[in-house]
Amino acid sequence: MSDSPIAMETHGPELRHHFSSVEQQRDAASLGMWVFLATEIMFFGGMFCAYLIYRYWYYNEFAAGSRSIDIYLGTINTAVLICSSLTVALGVRAAQMGKRKLLVFLLLVTIVFGLAFLGIKGVEWYQKYEEHHVPGNSFNVDDIIHDYPQIHIDPRHEQIFFSLYFAMTGLHALHMIIGVGIFAFLAYKAWRSAYSPKYYTPVEIGGLYWHFVDIVWIYLFPLLYLIDRKPLR
Amino acid sequence: MSEHIMSSKLYYGIWIALMCLTVITAAVSFVDLGPFNTIVALVIATFKALLVVLFFMHVKYTSEKLTKAVIISSIFWLFILLALSLADYSTRLFS
Repeated sequence: MSDSPIAMETHGPELRHHFSSVEQQRDAASLGMWVFLATEIMFFGGMFCAYLIYRYWYYNEFAAGSRSIDIYLGTINTAVLICSSLTVALGVRAAQMGKRKLLVFLLLVTIVFGLAFLGIKGVEWYQKYEEHHVPGNSFNVDDIIHDYPQIHIDPRHEQIFFSLYFAMTGLHALHMIIGVGIFAFLAYKAWRSAYSPKYYTPVEIGGLYWHFVDIVWIYLFPLLYLIDRKPLR
Repeated sequence: MSEHIMSSKLYYGIWIALMCLTVITAAVSFVDLGPFNTIVALVIATFKALLVVLFFMHVKYTSEKLTKAVIISSIFWLFILLALSLADYSTRLFS
């Protein structure tokens, strides 16, 4: 790239003046997003750390609590999120190739998957609410204690499991809600032809965010749903 | 970062792999492997995360070394958080 002012005037509107090329601009945006995701890793990392320590201390309560969560809904939700990640990846590809209608369609499908995930999550939370497994005044795990007479279960420790369950899935769901908002914005902008093969950075970094939230769920699923599913002896 | 346009076939292949691994990890959890249940679940989860990072997030095809440095160092920092915390809590001698 030439440094002459004349050359600077010739670039397209997609390139900001302080970058020397579209590629450099894209790399900078992508790197910035990854730095943000690094802070997100530490943000969720605190919860995973709390989970690790309490699971180490109160394994019985965590195992029994994990059994009481609906594994089928959890598996379906994992599949829903993986499908949404596929539509995001295909959407970024559509943006790279300049296929506007396909991009809008894939972004909208992603939103539908995201809302489906949140709906299924809501059903799971409502089940827990009806079973009085939500930490608080009406918290009651007599049913879990009754189901596993061979294991000693302290209700206070069981409450810690469910506190972590709701905090971790709740924080994840909050990220999903924000993701749906971001993708609604992207779909609107894509529909208005804001993106082209030269400039699709928002789609790319929005996609990075969505995939990151998917990865968090990829770990939450085994850690919360699959602690101890094997037949009791 | 991703001037490289990947074929849609590869994306579908990754998707099928992720779906299969999800079913496998759910099914294996019902089999009694002793302490290995957790290890298998976490290995499968890490493999799935790796597929998402490398292909869906295009890290395999990025030429930007800084991006890779950020990813590796953030995972390393998470490892420090978890490993040193557990080293403390798992060696305390109170009951």
